[in-house]
Amino acid sequence: MATRKSTKKTNVSADELKLYYREMLLIRRFEEKAGQLYGMGVIGGFCHLYIGQEAVVVGLEANSKEGDKRITSYRDHGHMLACGMDPNGVMAELAGRFDGYSAGKGGSMHMFSEEKNFYGGNGIVAAQVPLGTGLAFADKYKGSDNVTFAYFGDGAANQGQVYEAFNMAALWNLPVIYVIENNQYAMGTSQQRSTSTRDIYTRGEAFGIPGEIVDGMDVLAVRDAGEKAIKHCRSGKGPYILEIKTYRYRGHSMSDPAKYRTREEVQKVREERDPIEHVRGLLLANKYATEDDLKAIDKEIKGIVNESAEFARNSPEPDPAELWTDIYAEATA
Amino acid sequence: MPECTMIEAIRMALSRALKEDPDVIIFGEDVGIDGGVFRATDGLTQRYGASRVRDTPLSETAIAGMAVGAAAHGLRPVAEIQFTGFLYPALDQLANHASRLRNRTRGRLTCPLVLRAPYGGGIKAPEHHSESTEAMLAHIPGLRVVIPSSPARAYGLLLAAIRDPDPVVFFEPKRLYRAIREPVEDDGMALPINKAVLLREGADVTLVAWGAMITEANEAADQLAEMGISADLIDLASLKPLDRGTIRSSVEKTGRCVIVHEAPLTAGLGAEIAADLAEHCMTSLLAPIRRVTGFDTVMPYFRLEAHYMPDAARILKAVHNVMEFA
Ligand SMILES: Cc1ncc(C[n+]2csc(CCOP(=O)(O)OP(=O)(O)O)c2C)c(N)n1
Ligand SMILES: [Mg+2]
Repeated sequence: MATRKSTKKTNVSADELKLYYREMLLIRRFEEKAGQLYGMGVIGGFCHLYIGQEAVVVGLEANSKEGDKRITSYRDHGHMLACGMDPNGVMAELAGRFDGYSAGKGGSMHMFSEEKNFYGGNGIVAAQVPLGTGLAFADKYKGSDNVTFAYFGDGAANQGQVYEAFNMAALWNLPVIYVIENNQYAMGTSQQRSTSTRDIYTRGEAFGIPGEIVDGMDVLAVRDAGEKAIKHCRSGKGPYILEIKTYRYRGHSMSDPAKYRTREEVQKVREERDPIEHVRGLLLANKYATEDDLKAIDKEIKGIVNESAEFARNSPEPDPAELWTDIYAEATA
Repeated sequence: MPECTMIEAIRMALSRALKEDPDVIIFGEDVGIDGGVFRATDGLTQRYGASRVRDTPLSETAIAGMAVGAAAHGLRPVAEIQFTGFLYPALDQLANHASRLRNRTRGRLTCPLVLRAPYGGGIKAPEHHSESTEAMLAHIPGLRVVIPSSPARAYGLLLAAIRDPDPVVFFEPKRLYRAIREPVEDDGMALPINKAVLLREGADVTLVAWGAMITEANEAADQLAEMGISADLIDLASLKPLDRGTIRSSVEKTGRCVIVHEAPLTAGLGAEIAADLAEHCMTSLLAPIRRVTGFDTVMPYFRLEAHYMPDAARILKAVHNVMEFA
């Protein structure tokens, strides 16, 4: 992809564009802070950062409505922030603290919010694909017009359970949008070395599921594709696949030998295709915002992120008695 | 003799097996270029070629299933599953196919595969990255389950597992990967795969453990020695088939037994050992058999991990309990 020029007028209002900018920036700064806290030992376990992929969730959430559901993998911090979950609760959970979304039991990979219809945070690669299909099944069964976003990676796309779910979703016309976040790598294995098809969404054709490729570094392209997919699903036409080409800037998790790609490759994407820089350019070129406006947003975001870190540090560790809670309900009768 | 860590010993054994036998192949997620999550296969793809040390797609069911097929046709696949929690899709192939091929074909087809996976807690990794599921596998007739507790035993047992004609699940205590160094000779010598190892001898109590719990049990035995209590310490090493004889004869001598495992209590392997002793050594027992184990809870996130993991202090408490009994 050639270097993008962020000058053209677009079909987006100043307010919308500023909102996307703000949300993407929140994810990026939050992730940078999480990375720091991990380095300091405040966060333990594993930690998979979303930096580089921000436009995917922000673009798709732009057209979601109350009642829509989302489910994803362990690379989930961005999804939670984008659907409106509280950064304090997310950061506290990363740090294993009691005020986290799972009371310090779930950690980075296992957080949920019934209020925001976020069904995790799932550590088993691709498990969320049938799970999300089941959420859509329940919505259809109950007669609602909600849709489910089931996010998964290029690597996950090689798990058998993905295709068992595709078949059922197509067979039963389920309102699920399969979002393949294709960041080109599964840990240290590139798509070329693991996947027989070049464009993963084409696998849906075998099941009669329509789909398309989307530029995941362009939040407006993601938003527009999402709008179309949501319309398709909401109107009862069954599942849809969006294969969103994106890129992860950081290592797979906090330990990554980084032998599978070059520094230059990463640098090139950062310089030429960064999704936040792209929106920043659009805002300025269209005079939707001044440098000062953007500085004010930066400052606000910094405040939110710092507060989440403070909140996490000050929250208590779970009591050892918590080991024994929430394993079974009281047995009935 | 060069000193090495368990992860280095495993790599050495894998390299040795690849060098000795062209039918040995290694595959799994990120075992090639990355050299494995814990670097067990670091450098092997460069040395032996990507056709023998092969990165697979993210597909545990097919990894296990292809290993069974390839083994049935004469190869010796060593497949890696990144963490025990990702083993479940592979379990179908292990339980329904790998373990039964010999029986179904009256020995005409065999399944000499090894499935390696890091197991157990102690590195602050969440849930399915820290669990001990050995009992689940040991429950399957036809599978061997082997767990080393030191670099030298990892080397010898892994070579034995690869050369064994039956399917072997080889669980590696990831907490020990880099925790201990000891001399390991790359002499190609395998250790017996169906024998428990008596690591230290005593008169008062038998400690039975495996994997990373050996370190804790050994520390407990050191402290007991200072108090004048001497312990037999048995490293099971092979969990299935179980070397019942070694455990029984030790308990016949000491009359007391404390079994230690990280896995949850209920239906853990400790239950089988205790039942075996109750059936066969009742007249030798001076005290009830005690188990020091993980709890019947979900493996906790890192803040509570230390509360879950059995340690020397909990083992000491159990030993005092059986010593006080008689
Ligand atoms: C069933 C299973 N196998 C292996 C793993 C280990 N693992 C975690 S993430 C990952 C790579 C996944 O890549 P992809 O689906 O592309 O998602 P990304 O990390 O790029 O977001 C692997 C192999 C796992 N968590 N679950
Ligand atoms: Mg990926």
